[in-house]
Amino acid sequence: MLAPLVDSIVTNRRRRARRHRRVLGLLLTLVAATFVLTLLLGQSFTPPQDILRMLMGEDMPGVAFTVGQLRLPRAILAVLAGLSFGLGGVAFQIMLRNPLASPDIIGISWGASAAAVFAIVVLGLKGPIVSILAVSAGLGVALLVYALSFRNGVAGTRLILVGIGVSAMLESVIAYILSTAPAWTLQEALRWLTGSVNGAQLGQALPLLMALAVFGGLLLSRARDLEALRLGDDTAAALGVRVGRTRVLIIIAAVGMIASATAISGPIAFVAFLSGPIAARIVGNNGSLLLPAALTGAALVLVGDYCGQFLLPSRYPVGVVTGALGAPYLIFLIVRVNRSGGSL
Amino acid sequence: MRPDAATARSVPAPIGRLRRLRALWLLLVAAALLVLVALSVAIGTRDVGLSDIASALGGKVETIGEAAVAMRIPRTVLALLAGAALGLAGAIMQGVTRNPLADPGILGVNMGASLAVVVGVAWFHIETAHAYIVTAILGAGAAAIFVYVIGSLGRGGATPLKLALAGAATSIAFSSLVIAIVLPRADIAGGVRAWQIGGVGGATFERIFPVLPFLAAGFVVSLLSARKLNALALGDELAAGLGEHVATTRAVAAFGAILLCGATTAVCGPIGFLGLVVPHLARLLTGSDHRWLLPFSALGGACLLIAADIVGRIVARPAELDVGIVTALVGAPVFIWIVRHQRVRDL
Repeated sequence: MLAPLVDSIVTNRRRRARRHRRVLGLLLTLVAATFVLTLLLGQSFTPPQDILRMLMGEDMPGVAFTVGQLRLPRAILAVLAGLSFGLGGVAFQIMLRNPLASPDIIGISWGASAAAVFAIVVLGLKGPIVSILAVSAGLGVALLVYALSFRNGVAGTRLILVGIGVSAMLESVIAYILSTAPAWTLQEALRWLTGSVNGAQLGQALPLLMALAVFGGLLLSRARDLEALRLGDDTAAALGVRVGRTRVLIIIAAVGMIASATAISGPIAFVAFLSGPIAARIVGNNGSLLLPAALTGAALVLVGDYCGQFLLPSRYPVGVVTGALGAPYLIFLIVRVNRSGGSL
Repeated sequence: MRPDAATARSVPAPIGRLRRLRALWLLLVAAALLVLVALSVAIGTRDVGLSDIASALGGKVETIGEAAVAMRIPRTVLALLAGAALGLAGAIMQGVTRNPLADPGILGVNMGASLAVVVGVAWFHIETAHAYIVTAILGAGAAAIFVYVIGSLGRGGATPLKLALAGAATSIAFSSLVIAIVLPRADIAGGVRAWQIGGVGGATFERIFPVLPFLAAGFVVSLLSARKLNALALGDELAAGLGEHVATTRAVAAFGAILLCGATTAVCGPIGFLGLVVPHLARLLTGSDHRWLLPFSALGGACLLIAADIVGRIVARPAELDVGIVTALVGAPVFIWIVRHQRVRDL
């Protein structure tokens, strides 16, 4: 009697797992292809065999500069930042069950950015200590927004509005710090206001990679609990998830990733916000969003940076491209949510 | 704004006291404004002596101190006008949308004006001051309509929450577009910063004069709609029952506010949060009668913007802080406070 039902559930589940794997494979291919493309194509075309020979350690004067010094660090940094933003963003969106609750809208990225620019411009710091400060500031802002929106529990919408207010303040703080700096260029200012991977160096990739490994690993190890939280706190608790502890862990992991990436590339506009919903469109109802969103983030930053450098009439930092791309989507999202009448 | 004489005979004592208090407050705010204007001329990045100030006011520009003071005068005038315009526009918008979170900055209206000017300068080669102002006003109007339509889609019409979210999203969107347009165009007057963050620095009387007719029209339209806004405050059904044309009232008052925001943004760039904070402070002093609230908001806005400008000149010495940064730092906490405490529907 039950056997056919069980069978259909099992086949269904298998089919969904298969689809999930296929989507992941597809996204991975996309990211890899874009990565290779950005190495090959810039102001000039570099043949792949030259790049391979350079990577093997051969002495290739021209290629060593264009690819080794310029394109490769940039591409690596773009991928790492994209992965961090995508993964951290979608974790917040899933946990708070609201696409608008992404770290760049509720102020967390701005907190990290403000701390980073303060550390660099005012304190004259460099390297990993900047990342550590950015992560602490990101956590502080997360805590502050959460505390400020707490009033008989945290309503998602109140959290978002408080976050918008906090973001406005932090943005002003960044503008203030930049205005007191003895000398700052527009490019440097834009890094901290919209995000950019200009002037990337390989040395910057290591701390980011470590943060991604630690915090991303932590987050992925909680993927199951996060899925349960998607059903609502009560249901998650009934399913055996320790809601409070899980939430704290997820916040620490997500903020850690977002802030470490922000400390290096600035808050690349809307990548954290866009990756989740785009991934959700691609994956559908076929499994966890975490990895697909991370890969989507990487693809967004890579493609955005490439467009900003070579495809548009003039050179833009990646944040301007993703910002111009993400803004209409943000409005579209609000229209759709309003029309369906549901709570956000 | 004459309190209606017909009912003045038999008012209960508390209301009579409130009216006397209001008159007193009005005097106090006006006095504060005078003091701030004086300070704004006297204080700045460079310390100047009284003699320099006196001779500069007389029109002499010989020493560096006199030149500094001479530059502060148009700046103070602009801050006064812009502050009054934004404060008044904020009060009108809160009345029209019956939304405590309404503000020309938060609802994206200022950013819309900014974007329109940038687009006009980049692609349509607008150059004259009048073209700037008209473009800014059109942009402000388009942004206001856009945000209102987005915010009122779906069930429940334009709730405070939906409007605020739609406005914030639109504002972010416009601001990204402004960066994308201005960044490669080093030739565009003022560059990225001026169209992202509002400021009154570098004001000259030549830039202020063309705006005056638009501001004056905006002030008149706005102040005249005070009584009708009082009716709107009772709710749409009741206002209609009292014989008000609700839609017309809204449209006229909003038009006044848009004139004010557009004209201000054309000269100063987008200044946020001022229109949010001032009406709430004014309401503490006067209550919710728009015939008092609107003039108070205008005066208060002028005070606050001048004060913010003075602070901006002092804190970042030797550099200057754009006034838009200061208003955001002061205004955003107020925004958060309102979100937390006001009984905003749906929150």
